[in-house]
Amino acid sequence: MTTTTATATTTASSRPKAAQLLGTYGSLVAIALVALVLLVWAPNSLSPFRLGNLGKYCSWAMAAVGIGLAWGRGGMLVMGQGVFFGLGGYTMAMHMKLEAAGPGGIPDFMTLYGDGTMPGWWAPFRSAPFTLFAIIALPAAVSFLLGYAILKRRVKGAYFAILTQALAVAFATLLIATIKQTGGFNGLNTFSTVFGHNLYDPGVKKGLYLVSAALLIVFLVIVWQFNRSRYGELLIATRDAEERVRFLGYDPANVKLVAFVAAAIMASIGGAIFAPIAGIISPSNVDAAASVMMIAGVALGGRSALLGPALGAIAVGFGQSTLSERFPTGWTYFQGGLFIVVIMFLPAGLASLWPKVKSLLPGRMSPQAALVDGENGA
Amino acid sequence: MTASLIGQDYIEIRGLTVDFDGFKAIDGVDLTLMQGRLHFLIGPNGAGKTTLVDALTGLVQGSGEARFRNKNLLGMRAHRIVQLGIGRTFQTATVFEQLTVLQNLDIAAGVHRKGSRLLFARRAVPERVAQTLETIGLQALANRPAGILAHGQKQWLEVGMLLVQDAQVMFLDETVAGMSADEREETGDLLERIVPDRTIVVIEHDMEFMRRYADFVTVMHAGKVLAEGTVAEIQADPQVHEVYLGTAAEVGADE
Repeated sequence: MTTTTATATTTASSRPKAAQLLGTYGSLVAIALVALVLLVWAPNSLSPFRLGNLGKYCSWAMAAVGIGLAWGRGGMLVMGQGVFFGLGGYTMAMHMKLEAAGPGGIPDFMTLYGDGTMPGWWAPFRSAPFTLFAIIALPAAVSFLLGYAILKRRVKGAYFAILTQALAVAFATLLIATIKQTGGFNGLNTFSTVFGHNLYDPGVKKGLYLVSAALLIVFLVIVWQFNRSRYGELLIATRDAEERVRFLGYDPANVKLVAFVAAAIMASIGGAIFAPIAGIISPSNVDAAASVMMIAGVALGGRSALLGPALGAIAVGFGQSTLSERFPTGWTYFQGGLFIVVIMFLPAGLASLWPKVKSLLPGRMSPQAALVDGENGA
Repeated sequence: MTASLIGQDYIEIRGLTVDFDGFKAIDGVDLTLMQGRLHFLIGPNGAGKTTLVDALTGLVQGSGEARFRNKNLLGMRAHRIVQLGIGRTFQTATVFEQLTVLQNLDIAAGVHRKGSRLLFARRAVPERVAQTLETIGLQALANRPAGILAHGQKQWLEVGMLLVQDAQVMFLDETVAGMSADEREETGDLLERIVPDRTIVVIEHDMEFMRRYADFVTVMHAGKVLAEGTVAEIQADPQVHEVYLGTAAEVGADE
């Protein structure tokens, strides 16, 4: 029995080892290339203005990486990631407003619109460690409670999408309605420092960009590990046949909840780095339209591929600001047209071109291996 | 499984009723499923065979009692029932088509794995998975996506998934339907090999397969148990002949 087991083990694992190694570590090489471009090439080649923009795209890309996990791998169309982006963004912005107001001071807009007193729940955000803690804990707690309530009730598909989208609408409406506490429609802006560093200092600006880009790379590595882990396999299984997973002894709601919470934390950290780079966070950065733009980048790039969501989000961000400067009228139409073409001909996004290209390359990979790799690889 | 427990595991069903808005799909069924025998569940379409299994595995709500190791299965959530050691397959084989055969089995083996270990990649083929690959004869296809498997192979993979999760009770819903004669024989032999320390319930329409492999047969009709016994007893039962359209052909002879 032991000998037969041993043979079974070798036959099961030896043949595709080379292909498997390539699939796994090939993805790491791809991440390293992205890191090289973002962390080495960009800071030395782009103007401070362009670099700041790229920092913003990276913050959107962080949210997009999370969406790739929740939607591409987990099958949950999260249409309200703006909520979590906003939780992180507003948390950071509140801290910066309090820094700008100085010790004991209160944010300027509260005197402007309110009676000059600060609501008690603002006070803890004076502390930098608490702010950093809240950037992670707040979205984690909110997404856990929401996700638990939604997923345990087996809400899925379009209903899940509509529910999360409605949350984004409600969140933006709440912000606009509470001008005395959150700055309302104007959002929070005119910051001076972040954790004691002057935001107008070019070195600090560059540093913020580097933090943004580095976090994006870290998230990509985290998702890479997620995808190759047993959890990643289970998540795909849950996406494709939720009921079957239940009859293997797992509660699919728990499996999806992990991805939902992870995606929320990623969006929140993205929002937290967005606020100091952009110098503002307002309801228009977190509302339904903003949430849809995050999804759009992911769909364009390829939702279930590793690099698809991040590169898609950066491309959409680039298109929105840089290309639209050059072609102010034509850009919106071009973007709409691009989406129609991609959804019609490449429903799995631009990343799905990669396995097709790879299968044309000579040798080493059978069509089946390429087929599976298309799910795993970039 | 220790020797003293062999033959002692069973599910005792008393007064099981499944009510779909007034229509009783299962109507007060009493049934004992014993360990170590291939128990066939037969009956015309709509007799309630699959609904019975659905109720026992947490897919539909049933009232009454179904005791397994001092727990009432009715009212338990599906994944908890699986964790107790009760597994099932579905009429249409449902495997994870995008994942490989190996990954399919590995996920099924995960019931007994600690949650924290989920965050790591699989480094080697777990022994139980390797053994099962051999038992179900799919070693050569271990790294192929399950979606490319033939119908019969998918059904074997499903049985394999039950084996790696070490299900003590297996409900197999029309596993040999659509299989070739050779595949049926292989499946039947496989079931005979694994049944001694398990409780296996097979829902089946193929009477020849039933006659060849059944240790015990329960005939259902209109949500009730019509007859129970060995193959010979069932074949001799006039009531059974009656529900099978009044012809002895189906139960007695070939289809």
